[in-house]
Amino acid sequence: MNKVLNFEHKQSAHCENGVVSNLMRFYGIEISEPMVFGIGSGLFFSHMPFLKVNGIPVTSFRPLPGVIFKRISKRLGLKFEKHKYSKPDKAMLALDKNLENGIPTGMLVGVYHLTYFPDPYRFHFNAHNLVVYGKKEKDYYISDPIMEEPKTLTYDDLKRVRYAKGTFAPKGHMYWAKNTPSNPDFSKAIIKGIKHTCKDMLTIPIPMFGVKGIRFLAKKLRNYPNKLGARKAASYTGQIVRAQEEIGTGGAGFRYMYGAFLQEAAEIMNNPKLKELSYEISEVGDLWREFAIITGRIVKNRNKADESYDHAADLLLRIADREEEFYKKLQKAIK
Amino acid sequence: MKSKDVPQDDADMMRGVFREPVYSLDKDGNYTTVKSVGWDPKNEVMQEAWDVVNEKIEDVKNRVLQGELSPIAYYLEKNLMDVGLLAKYMSLWKWTVKKHLKPKNFNKLSDKILEKYAGVFDITKEELLDIKGLKE
Repeated sequence: MNKVLNFEHKQSAHCENGVVSNLMRFYGIEISEPMVFGIGSGLFFSHMPFLKVNGIPVTSFRPLPGVIFKRISKRLGLKFEKHKYSKPDKAMLALDKNLENGIPTGMLVGVYHLTYFPDPYRFHFNAHNLVVYGKKEKDYYISDPIMEEPKTLTYDDLKRVRYAKGTFAPKGHMYWAKNTPSNPDFSKAIIKGIKHTCKDMLTIPIPMFGVKGIRFLAKKLRNYPNKLGARKAASYTGQIVRAQEEIGTGGAGFRYMYGAFLQEAAEIMNNPKLKELSYEISEVGDLWREFAIITGRIVKNRNKADESYDHAADLLLRIADREEEFYKKLQKAIK
Repeated sequence: MKSKDVPQDDADMMRGVFREPVYSLDKDGNYTTVKSVGWDPKNEVMQEAWDVVNEKIEDVKNRVLQGELSPIAYYLEKNLMDVGLLAKYMSLWKWTVKKHLKPKNFNKLSDKILEKYAGVFDITKEELLDIKGLKE
């Protein structure tokens, strides 16, 4: 089979936003990455000391994979067909059939065996999204949102990543647009998205989430050197910044991307308050970047712990105060 | 952050494959993306994480060379796996894989199982069995 669809690939910071944005463009709906992110309430914070990956507690600046996708679909009325397949060859056949019918197809894959990924970024993460939009001889045409240009994968390589094992194993999961609304109501969706974000960041009654989670992390971090020793304390702290600046956040744990969303929303809703707040969250992002700079130093001098940990913890508390104030203002701005 | 301040600190983390978009404000106060090759604090924390991984790999390699562990233990670390994940790729129980980490059990493995391990690690059966080859 030889068929390559006329699919425009656009790079984005985050894969989930990017796939939705690229798929919608194919069907004539222009929706930017920040818009997908904001409507899908992608901004979040959690610190879970009991949940460890490679022995290090998980800090996260986003909700679980798939959540943004689910929320944006619901809020804009996008309908997706979704399938999993127990047999890999069947999953590949179903993909071929879709391509033959002219349907660009999104799917979940594991990152570790993605041949075009640079080595330092290859680890066993299984909730990466991409779109397959064509096949020519043995190669599949891949629109991977985090890549600047489209890529190709062979039949075997694609099959392998679709059946990566472990947490979030994709099991051949693929999805495609069933019907797309001709005139989605953006204003309504924006308000829902903002409300949800503010609620999650301000009111979850568990200390690990939202603004409370940032304060909780500050407390933990201050004790890292005493509790863990210099070397391990540095690893724990480094992990926070890796989550904050990893591929896909667009810088500062998605805070800058959220600013871009608010600016666009201000235009659509004709609400200048949202534009002001878009600058405020950029400043908060700058504080997160400052936190990363302190952490960079901590990690560089990883064999001796000094007062940097206190500085970092103090800064987190300042960030928490700024964020709390920000979400409260945001709630008022859309009332 | 202002667009003109988006850092371009290249530590070859992306191997020249791509650059990452960073959201920032242009001179008119409009949000835009600037493609970045990297940022020192981020490069630093990534390097530290890889240093930890590489130290572990080196440590396990030495234990394999000393006959304490089977080569599976080495390739498991090298592929950034844990026993649970490897067991899933092998369709075996975790405790079975754990058994195979001991040289005396490893030496009794059938060709079929060895081939399967080699396939998961992207190497040949011969490479898997060549313990001395790890020295290089």
